[in-house]
Amino acid sequence: MAVIETKNLTYTYPGAAKPSIAEVSIKIEKGEFVLITGPSGCGKTTLCRCFNGLVPHFYQGDLKGEIKVAGEDVVKRHTYEMAKHVGLVFQNPENQLFALSVEKDVAFGLENLGVPRAEIRKKVDWALNQTGISDLRERSPHEISGGQQQRVAIASVLAMEPEVIVLDEPTSFLDPLSAQKIFDVIYDLNRTQGITVVLVEHRLDLTAKYTNHLIVMQDGKVRFEGNPREILSTEETRLIGVGIPKATLLYQMLKKGGFDVGDNTPLSSEELANQLLEAFGAK
Amino acid sequence: MSIFDGLKFRKVSSPIHKLDPRVKFIYVLSIFTVAIIFYQVIPMLFLFVLQVPFVLLARVQRQWLRSLRGAAFLAAVIFAVNVGTSYFYSGYKLAPPAVENAVALTLRFVVLVESFSIFFLTTSPDDLGLALEESHVPYEFAFAFTTAVRFVPVLAEEAQTIMDAQKARGLELEKGGLMKRIRNYVPVLIPLIVSAIRRSLELAEAMESRAWGATKRRTNLYALKLHRGDYALLAITVGILVASVYVRLYVPIPTIVHLL
Amino acid sequence: MIEAKDVHFSYANKVEALKGVSLTIKDGEFLAIMGQNGAGKSTFVKQFNGLLKPTLGTVLVDGVETTKTTVAALSRNVGFVFQNPDHQLFSETVEQEIAFALKNFGFASDVVEKRVTWALELLSLSQYRKTSPFLLSGGERKRVALASVLAWNPQMLILDEPTIGQDHEQKEKLTQFINQMQAQSKTVVIVTHDVEFVAECNPRVVLMKEGKIVAEGMGKDILTDSQVLAESSIVLPQIAQVFTELSPLGFPRNVIDIYEAEKIILNARESRRMP
Repeated sequence: MAVIETKNLTYTYPGAAKPSIAEVSIKIEKGEFVLITGPSGCGKTTLCRCFNGLVPHFYQGDLKGEIKVAGEDVVKRHTYEMAKHVGLVFQNPENQLFALSVEKDVAFGLENLGVPRAEIRKKVDWALNQTGISDLRERSPHEISGGQQQRVAIASVLAMEPEVIVLDEPTSFLDPLSAQKIFDVIYDLNRTQGITVVLVEHRLDLTAKYTNHLIVMQDGKVRFEGNPREILSTEETRLIGVGIPKATLLYQMLKKGGFDVGDNTPLSSEELANQLLEAFGAK
Repeated sequence: MSIFDGLKFRKVSSPIHKLDPRVKFIYVLSIFTVAIIFYQVIPMLFLFVLQVPFVLLARVQRQWLRSLRGAAFLAAVIFAVNVGTSYFYSGYKLAPPAVENAVALTLRFVVLVESFSIFFLTTSPDDLGLALEESHVPYEFAFAFTTAVRFVPVLAEEAQTIMDAQKARGLELEKGGLMKRIRNYVPVLIPLIVSAIRRSLELAEAMESRAWGATKRRTNLYALKLHRGDYALLAITVGILVASVYVRLYVPIPTIVHLL
Repeated sequence: MIEAKDVHFSYANKVEALKGVSLTIKDGEFLAIMGQNGAGKSTFVKQFNGLLKPTLGTVLVDGVETTKTTVAALSRNVGFVFQNPDHQLFSETVEQEIAFALKNFGFASDVVEKRVTWALELLSLSQYRKTSPFLLSGGERKRVALASVLAWNPQMLILDEPTIGQDHEQKEKLTQFINQMQAQSKTVVIVTHDVEFVAECNPRVVLMKEGKIVAEGMGKDILTDSQVLAESSIVLPQIAQVFTELSPLGFPRNVIDIYEAEKIILNARESRRMP
């Protein structure tokens, strides 16, 4: 069953000359880990905001086409109703945490929904555990690092037990090690809890390996959709301005130089290294 | 300003810190009331001394003293104004009752500042927000309050960064006459305001995404519960109020002048 | 150009952010200062234009001690581009924004006019001359901030985390821009934790941890020393990761450039006469 389905989705911000997303038709199945990428301004941020109703309810503007998330027609539901099904984690860690302690922040969504206290307590503890930040529960958001803040943001969205978690460039402000920790957390949530993950990222070298459903956007349109191993091997993708993982690039350069290092297009350094070792007979 | 130091919350584990903020507030309000119904020096001195055990129990002596120092300047102004006006109005005569009156008014001011100071020193913004919520203040206000407190350090840091960024472009904030100096702050204020607006937009998005407005009956992870200490303080408060009203109505209070 | 001698620095809250840092930066060098958040990179770099002054030790900029002069005077030669352009933008037009610093430094109006035009062209912003900077996109605002610093032509450029939030193409343009600056013999210092970006530019690298410099050298040596990196919480660049796994084949470890990697592998294949 498709948990997100759009048909010819087109949206123009109020006062904008042209639409930010145009004729976007995608289907995301339950339990998938989807990666969306593309150059700045390609519409990926706008698309994320469509999934939980910020577009069109918060931003107004002109939305055409159909969009169904978790079986609900986003246009016909309030954002607060969609919040039960879709959690959205934003780019800036600082500006999505409002409370004076981590646990109060994680509880925020549940409090808004009027969930009874005992249940809030249970879900907050669970969410803190899942994201590995139980020891931070009494800390103030301002005192913790960016990576920890993002994990709090994920926990606060997770506590509402949505079917989908959408993350819009969550690691932009983080160093590579903290970024990796975030990806580990969401990959884990996807695998063990079956939560559908939609991740918008530029850092394909760190993330391409998690998915077999990649969507590449440009100028508001979906240019490529499918398996990253195929998409990231083509010249066209590179020309759009997508940052192809170095391992993939090297594989292609070697192929052009006459060295075929295995049938599998590698997406990570481990994969390429293994394939090279095999090719050289060292495995 | 050191007077503000006396208003910043200090995280200490003391019986005063653990008291329910609503009860503490009622206590402070009663001190306020008592300070208003009397106008002689002796009751003011009594009220002032009454704060001391609370300060010691709460272990916030240093900060409390700092706020005293900060209040000293304003207190001196109040004293001077009162003495001055009575001096001029009584035809350049400085009568001891007038001086004593000025002292009483000054002490009243000090007592008010000090009791509020203890309140803010021993009540975390979390608890304050929670108290607001539980007092049936509309949630929007309590939320606005806690969010503001949450972002004060963030904004302060940002203001510093903006000043640094503009100084690195040759902006010299200290130079020039008054008008020039005010104008110099424009390149600091505008980015700060724009950033605050942008931040509120992002916050609003995050709030909406977490079901803000889903129901009018919001629940809360925490709850304020009244304990023995709270009841004790309430009893003390009522006691003070009753005693004060009685004294005010039936017990004549000698002035210092009279005693001398 | 910059000489830091045993610099110690403590913030007002007594936290010691720099614990004896010594470094020399020559004119025309390209340097990357790397390290985890909180290592002291920004604190150190702010000593170069006097925003922060050492509590112990000295910082000499072109022979002048920073404690003996002002931020404005130092900024004439040390241009600092902050991470977030929105912390600087305040004018009604891009033109005024770029002219701001020039006016502060006392340039004559005809010179201001010329420099503004030059900076606009350099960063492809001429069409936005009369536009409000607030109406531009994120990437464009970053270019305006950059233009406003370049306009007064400082000898040294400090870029604080220039790659944050940038997509692949924007990062390539940044690399080209840095090369341009280098060609003009400008000293360029970037503060970053973007290993891949540093691997592409291959500058001199200074690695900081807890207020001290823990390693210094050429990019390809520092960024491939796994022990050093593990201690400073930096990850290996992708190419180096591949080559670390290939050590059973006898390949060198300090490879960060993709073209060098290609050559090494293809040569190895040749010499082993593989199909």
